[in-house]
Amino acid sequence: MDTNKNSYTVIYATVMVIVVAAVLAFVSSSLKQTQQNNIDVDTKSKILGAVALTEGMDEAANKTQFVLEQYEKYIKEDIAVDAQGNVVEGVQGFKVDLKGQNELMKAGNTSALTLPVFVAQLDNGSKVYIFSCYGAGLWGPIWGWIAVEEDMDTIHGTLFAHKGETPGLGAEIATDWFSAQFNGKKLFENGEFTSVRVIKGGAAPDDIHGVNAISGGTITSRALDVTIETWLKAYMPYIERVKEAQKPVEVASDTTMVVAADSLAAIVETSTNIN
Amino acid sequence: MDLISLFVKSVFVDNMVFSFFLGMCSFLAVSKNVKTATGLGIAVVFVIGITLPINYLLNTYILSPGALSWLGEEYAQIDLSFLSLIVFIAVVAAIVQIVEMAVEKFSPSLYASLGIFLPLIAVNCAVLGASLFMQERGYSSLGEATVFGLGSGFGWMLAIVTLAAIREKMAYSNVPAPLKGLGITFIVVGLMGIAFMSFMGIKL
Amino acid sequence: MDKNIYLKPFWTSNPVTVLVLGICSALAVTVKLEAACVMAISVTLVTGFSSLLVSLLRNTIPNRIRIIVQLIVAALFVILVEQVLKAYVYEVSKQLSVFVGLIITNCIIMGRIEAFALGNKPFPSFVDGIANGAGYGVILVVIAFFRELLGSGSIFGFKIIPDAAYQAGYMNNGLLILPPMALILVGCIVWIQRSINKDLQEK
Repeated sequence: MDTNKNSYTVIYATVMVIVVAAVLAFVSSSLKQTQQNNIDVDTKSKILGAVALTEGMDEAANKTQFVLEQYEKYIKEDIAVDAQGNVVEGVQGFKVDLKGQNELMKAGNTSALTLPVFVAQLDNGSKVYIFSCYGAGLWGPIWGWIAVEEDMDTIHGTLFAHKGETPGLGAEIATDWFSAQFNGKKLFENGEFTSVRVIKGGAAPDDIHGVNAISGGTITSRALDVTIETWLKAYMPYIERVKEAQKPVEVASDTTMVVAADSLAAIVETSTNIN
Repeated sequence: MDLISLFVKSVFVDNMVFSFFLGMCSFLAVSKNVKTATGLGIAVVFVIGITLPINYLLNTYILSPGALSWLGEEYAQIDLSFLSLIVFIAVVAAIVQIVEMAVEKFSPSLYASLGIFLPLIAVNCAVLGASLFMQERGYSSLGEATVFGLGSGFGWMLAIVTLAAIREKMAYSNVPAPLKGLGITFIVVGLMGIAFMSFMGIKL
Repeated sequence: MDKNIYLKPFWTSNPVTVLVLGICSALAVTVKLEAACVMAISVTLVTGFSSLLVSLLRNTIPNRIRIIVQLIVAALFVILVEQVLKAYVYEVSKQLSVFVGLIITNCIIMGRIEAFALGNKPFPSFVDGIANGAGYGVILVVIAFFRELLGSGSIFGFKIIPDAAYQAGYMNNGLLILPPMALILVGCIVWIQRSINKDLQEK
């Protein structure tokens, strides 16, 4: 057979492309559900990890089941808020597409934002609010979860992830030692939002608003710094609202009683919405 | 992002060779003298410059999740991103073939100097890498994608021409016999990489 | 079968240090030993099976589009590996991320298909592909061993260098984690290999 004829070449190419595409489409669609489950379980374990609830996960006989049970037990609320700090009805925070939100932020279209908020109830009864963040790293996207204590100031824990940062360099943002640095850091200085900076060359030991960047992972560190700040800023209206709602307890005897009562009403309303 | 700073960034800061080690094979093989290195460099700039806009359009309008929504609502759910790798590589290979034929037909003298390098480029990681980066980093316009492509190409060309110049000079140096050729080239590229790391600090 | 087919790729015609193929990923994934091992296995499988398939098809492939056909065969296996890793060993696939996709630009695959599989029977081609993938893997693992040991003080993520050493003033060499050091390490491996085997020295 003459394999150099034009017609043969064209037919050969067509048949091959169709066969290859069919094989790939079949494999991709038959594995899609398993892959999606993996991703969901992974995301849940990350959210738990940000509140340090994944202890015992590696020893668990069935990791997937362990994660799902822990998630069920501790994560009490799974909501989404908009850029004004209002709870968006009928939207699960877990289902929010972070990448899409990031694009809205980049486009400056903050009014359309839907940001996920998870509320965890710890064993000692205290509540922890978990916020998400997402941005562009060096090779691909980086994202993470920032758990903030009830005072909306102290960081309870963090967990960052990435798609393809350089192993050993940028990829270190996903390690325990890196995220542990954030624990106990403060988001506010005298009521002003400062975010938590990732400082190249190292943060001062007494800096309550900064952590050490990764040596050699400069671009990733800088990207993470910007990402955390941008996202927390977007959450700010909601954070302010929660803080506002907590004030009445301290200032109840003050003349600001009326305002406080209003915000109390607001939080009651918010929590009714949640339920 | 400002197009000029994107260009400078992709030439120096995100240099394909020194920051990502892409296109290493031909980089090491064809850097023995400046003339051929320049030829290959031009060919790479040319091919990346053409393939990136094409792959950008394919990615935006066909491959990425929800990209088919321009066909109608019912197509918005289709996600063809698992095919992107194969589509990108096919585009690169096809463009290389077409460019080769076009150059041969319209400018035989250019073909004589460039021709032998063109087939090499189909398997040059820098070309495919540029397309994958374009997808990963989500450049937002055709202009950005093109400028990024051209910048990466020039960065690669800069690297190979520089290395070729160093190797020409090195021919007169007294290198230990086992290190001659490949060994010392690796070490020189490593040192050049350390030098290029200083560009990382540049803020654009 | 000629035993050179499966012995040569490890020494006298090693894809990385002698044929200078597949350097890109050898440098990118060798910071940690674990990632390097998974990468080595993936590349070995992709090289082996693409060589096998191309060899089976070798008499039907039209010469003019042969590069594209080879690329598509390689891409097919790369995507399969990528999808399977994602579905069954999700943790590992996350570690390797883009580098799995970049296997396709690994010149070893194309190089072996073009140089061997196109002209040989399926079984020798398969063995040749596997052996070359493994020869590449060995170098990968060696580089990763030194980079992880000296750069992070650990092997497979376990701390090896005792704390006492750090207290005595020992420090991990951060430079080894940076990409340029990988090149210099490859240079040193080439140096050692060519000192032992003088036939490989360039004039």
